[in-house]
Amino acid sequence: MIIGLTHYLVVAAILFTFGIAGIILNRKNIIVILMSVELILLSVNLNFVAFSAQLGDLTGQVFALFVLTVAAAEAAIGLAILVTFYRNRGSIAVDDINSLKG
Amino acid sequence: MAAVFFYLFSGVLIASAFGVITARNPVHSVLFLILAFCNGAGLFLLQGAEFLAMILIVVYVGAVAVLFLFVVMMLDVDFAELKQGFQKYLPAGLGVGAVVLGELGFVAVGWTSAPSAGAAAASPILAHVTNTAALGQVLYTKYVIFFQVSALVLLTAMIGAIVLTLRHRPNVKRQNIDVQNARTAKTVVELKKVPSRAGV
Repeated sequence: MIIGLTHYLVVAAILFTFGIAGIILNRKNIIVILMSVELILLSVNLNFVAFSAQLGDLTGQVFALFVLTVAAAEAAIGLAILVTFYRNRGSIAVDDINSLKG
Repeated sequence: MAAVFFYLFSGVLIASAFGVITARNPVHSVLFLILAFCNGAGLFLLQGAEFLAMILIVVYVGAVAVLFLFVVMMLDVDFAELKQGFQKYLPAGLGVGAVVLGELGFVAVGWTSAPSAGAAAASPILAHVTNTAALGQVLYTKYVIFFQVSALVLLTAMIGAIVLTLRHRPNVKRQNIDVQNARTAKTVVELKKVPSRAGV
């Protein structure tokens, strides 16, 4: 059986769905929310690379590289904010975050 | 053969993604995330994106996942308390997940590409150039501005993370280099005339 573009698109769609569901299911745990965002970005990369391979165009892989860069930056900043928040509050519950407003 | 590996990689990828969002312990979530990235790299390899596969292993497994692991283990958090909303949000999560999956499924199965799409390739993949060399040839010429901008994004993230997490504790003794360098014998050494037989 030949593996075509549709197979990769379906896998990426399932992965994206798990990412979305993970954000909703773990509403209280911001670490798992960040990990779900990483899953979503991985599924987007999978789509970029699948179309790049299918159409014979390298641009998709270049853009996947930029998505990777932004994802790494986002993880670093998110975790830094998390550490600062934990120092101030002693907890990382998302429900407590709205107490930051003035 | 490629089909076998495709089903292997994608099966483990989806299973570990499920593990990420349902694991009771966030440390297990991070380990599932590492497994998902490794299998994603396998899928990239199957499609001939070798450089991206290696970058995924090096950057994600080697840096981002370890960063997550550090933070999860460093924070002393009651994870049982954080897991409480899981049951409450389960219907909403399943509902939104089903809607998103249905929409994406329609797109993934029912798409068609324009007949001119193949001819419109901005930077076509050449058969005789390795993937890494080909990526370098377009990344440093055609997309060099974007490359520099992504470097700027990383620099901003680095400075931001340092600024956010750096803190000055007032009561810690530190080496004060400028004061140390400004010391001279005249200010530091004091000569005392000690009378004999009298003691100091």
